[in-house]
Amino acid sequence: MTAAALLEHYSKLKEEALKKKEQEQKQPLIMVGTASCGIAAGALEVKEAFLKEIKKHKLQASVQEVGCMGYCYAEPIAIISKPGFPPLCYGNVDEGLVKLLVQSFLIEDDPCYEYALVALEPNDIFPTFSDFPRGVYEHKIIMEHCGFIDPEEIDHYLVHDGYAALAKVLSQKPEEIIEIIKSAKLRGRGGAGFPAGIKWEACRKAAGEEKYVICNADEGDPGAFMDRSILESNPHQVIEGLAICAYAVGASQGYFYIRAEYPLAVKRVQKALQQAREKGFLGKNIMGSGFNLEIEIFQGSGAFVCGESSALVSSMEGKMGLPRHRPPRLTSSGYRGKPTVINNVKTFSYVPAIIRKGADWFKSIGTEDSPGTAVFTLVGKVKNKGLVEVPMGTTLRQLIFDVGEGPPDDKQFKAVQIGGPSGGCLPESALDIPIDFDSLKEAGAIMGSGGLVVLDEDDCMVAIARYFLEFTQQESCGKCTFCRLGTKHILDILTDITRGEGTMESLQILQELAEDVKDGSLCNLGKTAPNPVLTTLKYFKDEYLAHIMEKRCPALMCKEITLYYILPEKCTKLCNVCVGSCPTEAIFTREDGIKVIDQGKCVKCDNCRKTCPPEHDAVVKLSPAILPEEGGEKK
Amino acid sequence: MSREITITIDDKKIRTVEGKILLWVALANDIYIPHLCAIEGKDLPEASCRLCFVEIEGKNKPVTSCTQPVYDGMVVRTRTAKVDRLVKTAFELLLSDHRLGCASCPKNRNCELQRIAKERKLKLRHTRFKYLGRETAVDDSPDSFSFDPSRCVLCGQCIWADHEKAKVGAIGFARRGLGRTVATFNYESLKDSPCTECGLCVEACPVGALSFKKNT
Repeated sequence: MTAAALLEHYSKLKEEALKKKEQEQKQPLIMVGTASCGIAAGALEVKEAFLKEIKKHKLQASVQEVGCMGYCYAEPIAIISKPGFPPLCYGNVDEGLVKLLVQSFLIEDDPCYEYALVALEPNDIFPTFSDFPRGVYEHKIIMEHCGFIDPEEIDHYLVHDGYAALAKVLSQKPEEIIEIIKSAKLRGRGGAGFPAGIKWEACRKAAGEEKYVICNADEGDPGAFMDRSILESNPHQVIEGLAICAYAVGASQGYFYIRAEYPLAVKRVQKALQQAREKGFLGKNIMGSGFNLEIEIFQGSGAFVCGESSALVSSMEGKMGLPRHRPPRLTSSGYRGKPTVINNVKTFSYVPAIIRKGADWFKSIGTEDSPGTAVFTLVGKVKNKGLVEVPMGTTLRQLIFDVGEGPPDDKQFKAVQIGGPSGGCLPESALDIPIDFDSLKEAGAIMGSGGLVVLDEDDCMVAIARYFLEFTQQESCGKCTFCRLGTKHILDILTDITRGEGTMESLQILQELAEDVKDGSLCNLGKTAPNPVLTTLKYFKDEYLAHIMEKRCPALMCKEITLYYILPEKCTKLCNVCVGSCPTEAIFTREDGIKVIDQGKCVKCDNCRKTCPPEHDAVVKLSPAILPEEGGEKK
Repeated sequence: MSREITITIDDKKIRTVEGKILLWVALANDIYIPHLCAIEGKDLPEASCRLCFVEIEGKNKPVTSCTQPVYDGMVVRTRTAKVDRLVKTAFELLLSDHRLGCASCPKNRNCELQRIAKERKLKLRHTRFKYLGRETAVDDSPDSFSFDPSRCVLCGQCIWADHEKAKVGAIGFARRGLGRTVATFNYESLKDSPCTECGLCVEACPVGALSFKKNT
């Protein structure tokens, strides 16, 4: 089919979408962010409240559900577009604010700027994203429309040139598409950074007619939610990317492998697939081009290892989700033994933009070897938590301190855990490392799928390493010796150290074992599992030594070697708050009126320390767990 | 694929056929490489015991010889510092989940773990890693043999024999992680399973997990 005919077919569809949009914009429009994050914060109640108020006042206004724009700390978020005003975004919306906004803004034309977060379009009155440090560093490609369009409305995607890239490629040769992706140097965003174009080419060239394309949405890192958010906010973008890949490699069947713990993502992708079929972007003879593609959803059962592509394929085939030795690569023998491309949600998401704007545009963003942007879930001890998209090459310092504004409560930054359980902990001295696949790997961490946890002075690095090892040990499939038994022994040694039972000998064994598990494991889960240990040993050895030599946890986090103590000189004697707060009745009043903790009963729940009035601040944590001599106090 | 080639293993020149798996070529030429899970003729190697590491010139890290096809001019070393270190750790890890007590084990003197220890001068006791001592139950329901999971190294030889030689399908791998085990369907006793007591799995077991009962 000719390019002109495809373009004509597409233009008609887009025109319809634009007309619909125009109609929508004639009256006030309220958009409520209802991705999982928003819903958890109460977005559905906010939506109901808007509907109720609008009905009550008999207003002409519509309420729409949109996805997540990445400002998690301000959820629930609502955007109000009223003709005559710039679209305004409000954070931490509750029923009270809804009533106020409907009354003051929708009825009386006062936008309540004091409650607004940001304006979405440049104007003379209120700042936009680009006026904030975060907006300066952010460069949105795949999250550009997340949070601003209804994910369950295909026309909203069409308005923003959705499916234009698919219409464009269908008149081109598949090899040309692969050449564009190769030349754009698009690297897989699942973690390893393998060039997507080379993968596609290998699959295209592999023998056989039957080929498959799979979108890996088995996101499982603790603290990571980029893929979920994108699927919930703009599923059509991923579908379009997957469809382009299918056309390029010659597949007529595609799959979304989404974990069943993401029910909203499953629902929204399901609906998006349905709409794409109805519009003729999927199914038989797509847009009259002769290209056929069906896409189905496969729901994973939540095994972390199934994010590893050979285990993913094995689980789709109905077998145990176990990885296998590669080669043969999946591009030659994948799903059902046929050539298969498996790419991450984010990788596919970049594809439509690259096709529309060209490889050179993509390469103009980011670094030479890692072009484009990186999407991170910025969480932990940082003020502005959320989903951020920054160009590759941004430094960790800019990301944490400019975009995230650093740790709250004036706490001291200690480390950043990057790349999830497969990643590593980097200290302050590594913060000027540019974020790209190769630099992070060199530092001992990995890009991973994009989890980024900021840690401050209250976090014990041994306990953090232990936390991640506990995760990987539990998620090990058990197939190979190093991962099954190695992670168990690493975990046991770390547990001993956090209890003050570590020895210098066990520290030596820990180092050796971690290195061997990294070198000897069968799949990437095992090969990367020791990274949290190796990086903390490299950058925070002093903390390990404090635990072992002094039985002291410098961050006062490890309960077994920390105790709670009420400073007699600070205790007021006149209040009983700590006594009341203690769930085990461990605190009693001494003859002289001072409160004392019975160490035998104390479960170290932290209640007394939290409830002691700030003017006294008498409860302290001590490590090593040795009570101070109380000679002078017993007056 | 049937091209005649020459490879070198530990300075020994070996004529072989291109594409064969290195482990089998070495073993056929009396060069011992420790291994437990490898099965000749299996399409996709398990590569799970992680004992058959070797170093190949041109590769910066040891590779498992059970997954490595041979090619002309390949230069292999079965004993290097890196290889020995990985094999030692893998072996000690396996022992940490293996109930020792060789003297009372039915496979004493006929055990692959003992052979590996002898060949590589490794200690047959728990050294760096403490014995996990997980609780498992012995299944001695069959008339002719018994299964002691505390001695199982999860090599999968018994399952291959059961599926591919006996063609019965009484056992398979079950559970994940540290809980991974050889089991019958629904964990019923072997007596209640489709097991025919052909004994092929017992013969295949390289360690003392599956053993014939005495006086049978």
